[in-house]
Amino acid sequence: MEVENTKPLSQVAEGQTVTVAGIQGGRGLRSRLTAMGLLPKIQITVVQNGGRGPFVVSIKNSRMVLGRGVADKIMVLEI
Amino acid sequence: MLGMAIDKLKNITVALAGNPNSGKTSIFNMLTGAHQHVANYPGTTVENKLGTCTYSDFRITFVDLPGAYGLTTFSEEELVARNFIIDEKPDLVVDVVDASNLERNLYLATQLIEIDVPVVFALNMSDVARQKSIVFDTEQLSRLLEAPIVPTIGNKARGKIALLDAIIGVATSPAGPRTHRITYGDEIEKAITEIEPLIRSEHLDLAAKYGSRWLAVKLLEQDNDILSKIKSQPVLEILNHNVDRLKHLFKDDPEAIIADKRYGFISGACQETVRTTVELRHTASDLADVVLTHRILGLPIFLFLMYFVFQLTFSIAAYPMDWLEQFFGWFSASLASFWPAQSESWLRSILIDGVIPGVGGVLVFLPNILILFLAIAILEDSGYMARAAFIMDKLMHKIGLHGKSFIPMLIGFGCSIPAIMATRILENRRNRLTTIMVLPLMSCGARLTIYGLLIPAFFPHAWRGPVLWLIYLTGIILAVISAKLLRLTIFRGEAVPFVMELPPYRVPTAKSILIHTWQRGWMYLKKAGTIILVCSVILWAAMSYPKPSEKSLTGLTGDEVRSAELANSVIGRIGQTIEPAIRPLGFDWKIGTALIGATAAKELFVSQLGIIYAVSAQDDAATIPTLRSRLQADYSPLVGLCIMLFCLVSFPCVATIAITRQETGSWRWAAFQFLFLTTLAYIVTFVVYQLGSLLL
Repeated sequence: MEVENTKPLSQVAEGQTVTVAGIQGGRGLRSRLTAMGLLPKIQITVVQNGGRGPFVVSIKNSRMVLGRGVADKIMVLEI
Repeated sequence: MLGMAIDKLKNITVALAGNPNSGKTSIFNMLTGAHQHVANYPGTTVENKLGTCTYSDFRITFVDLPGAYGLTTFSEEELVARNFIIDEKPDLVVDVVDASNLERNLYLATQLIEIDVPVVFALNMSDVARQKSIVFDTEQLSRLLEAPIVPTIGNKARGKIALLDAIIGVATSPAGPRTHRITYGDEIEKAITEIEPLIRSEHLDLAAKYGSRWLAVKLLEQDNDILSKIKSQPVLEILNHNVDRLKHLFKDDPEAIIADKRYGFISGACQETVRTTVELRHTASDLADVVLTHRILGLPIFLFLMYFVFQLTFSIAAYPMDWLEQFFGWFSASLASFWPAQSESWLRSILIDGVIPGVGGVLVFLPNILILFLAIAILEDSGYMARAAFIMDKLMHKIGLHGKSFIPMLIGFGCSIPAIMATRILENRRNRLTTIMVLPLMSCGARLTIYGLLIPAFFPHAWRGPVLWLIYLTGIILAVISAKLLRLTIFRGEAVPFVMELPPYRVPTAKSILIHTWQRGWMYLKKAGTIILVCSVILWAAMSYPKPSEKSLTGLTGDEVRSAELANSVIGRIGQTIEPAIRPLGFDWKIGTALIGATAAKELFVSQLGIIYAVSAQDDAATIPTLRSRLQADYSPLVGLCIMLFCLVSFPCVATIAITRQETGSWRWAAFQFLFLTTLAYIVTFVVYQLGSLLL
């Protein structure tokens, strides 16, 4: 798990696709995200990321809304 | 003859599992039709849905497990589902998977496979998958997963027979032990071989119940539930040693590696058997979302839709509700005519004054509830509810509630009964309980009759609007403060991290919506109806008995007789007894009695007060002004305001208490709600009255 070039998912622009590097959160959060398909090496595309609006991502064939706090904790690598 | 046929039926129990949004509910409905029954898992607020189906010579009982993405301890629902499978040992589990999202959906399946329970897959939404040009080699996949796979389209009820055949097949000739086990890589398997034998020797009973390999894996995952069951030091030591070793080796928790291996297993199985050709980029669903979750437009659209639902629930429901009321009026009168007029018969009284108003009171809510749940079913099935949840979330989060709490609270402005039932859309237990506790503070429609009586009695024209508005506002503010308080104390818990799947928009099918709606209505009638009825009859008895002696009634007019009867009854006497307690609020025994009587239904406050003041209840139009002038004579505007505040905040009507009991699964919460609100009412009214008396 490299930490150098990673940034929080919340800072990724709309339309960009990134790879998940790691999740900086408690076991509960990690377990939940894993079960929903969000784990290291998976590609995520940011669908909506506009300030006060919802943070929506696309993983393979499903869409998810993430709270800002959660998006802050997902570290990603740009492709 | 029917009895004989049932004897010959073999019973099987099948658990239904699947991700939320996988269409599990529609499969459940497809299999069980109207033969459903909802309860709570004992000791929890997790819903337990049971249904039956008779097929071939089998009587199949389906248990609809809560929708889950996994079987971990991090969620009450998942733990309940897991424990059900392990403790109750159903014959098999039907895993409903979304065909257009198979890999993610199979994560739950891997955990089912680990428990070693036989599985049948319902490959649901196969029409959507076909649209997306996803092709399955179901035979090969079935071989790899060692379970039958049945394509289904739940909301069109397709695949029912094939699914039932597969279920019977597995139940009657269970396959042997699995050949394709999920393995977790050399290092973790090494750890398992060290831990397993120790579990068998130290905890034989646990090993027999759960399986030693499964236990070993759970321990490596640091599963809280299983960890709490392990007392043996040697086991814990070898576990910790291995966990440390693995952490050092992989620079990550064993949990994460195990999860990764599960997905590896899934990928391996799907790579050969699932083909996607077209990459659909923009779907119709996305376009809809651009508008509906728009940064600026999203909220107003939501509010408009909520307003629409509210209007639908109360305005349209008003018609059938009126018919029902008229029907009961007619029925009551016809029944009464069997006895001579002025009859003293207690049977007549219990029927006319107790049972019929009681039953009527229950049935009157039915159109209301059916329409509300119809609206909610449409919102949920179409996928909009998920959007609504996060639109309101930021706001509700500040109070410590979930975005979805907004909807029941809004409904509460009309009536608490459907509103409390609507809290079912909240998955988190603590949020749900908090919402139920503060819901009655949303001033309901019944209380409006009280304001309608008192405001014109005590306030000049120009003040009336503002005073009404002030009362509603007070309710809202108190709700916000109470919710915050409850979430900080009794219902304390970290807010669940906001991660929610956004299902694509779907056109809901009429069949699924109607079954959903009918089921709720029926539940209401059966359970809540009985409690409300019993409480109404008890209250009626307390209001009518004991009757005063004949002598004391001589010389009084009809209205005065009724007034005296009420004063003499149990409720009347309680009212008089508590008078000293409510004096600091500015109330006297008359108000006290009316308040107690209003427990049956808030609207009764007006009629009760009317009886006490011996104002005729024959003609509403004449009664109210007369009653108003009497009240004006007896009380000050400050007291008038205090009465309304007390009614706003205090214990809800008997129907609300009954529904709370039903939805929370215990009388404990209903009692808490009652005490909490009444105490709050007392404090608020006390402060207002005392301060007001000092200032004015």
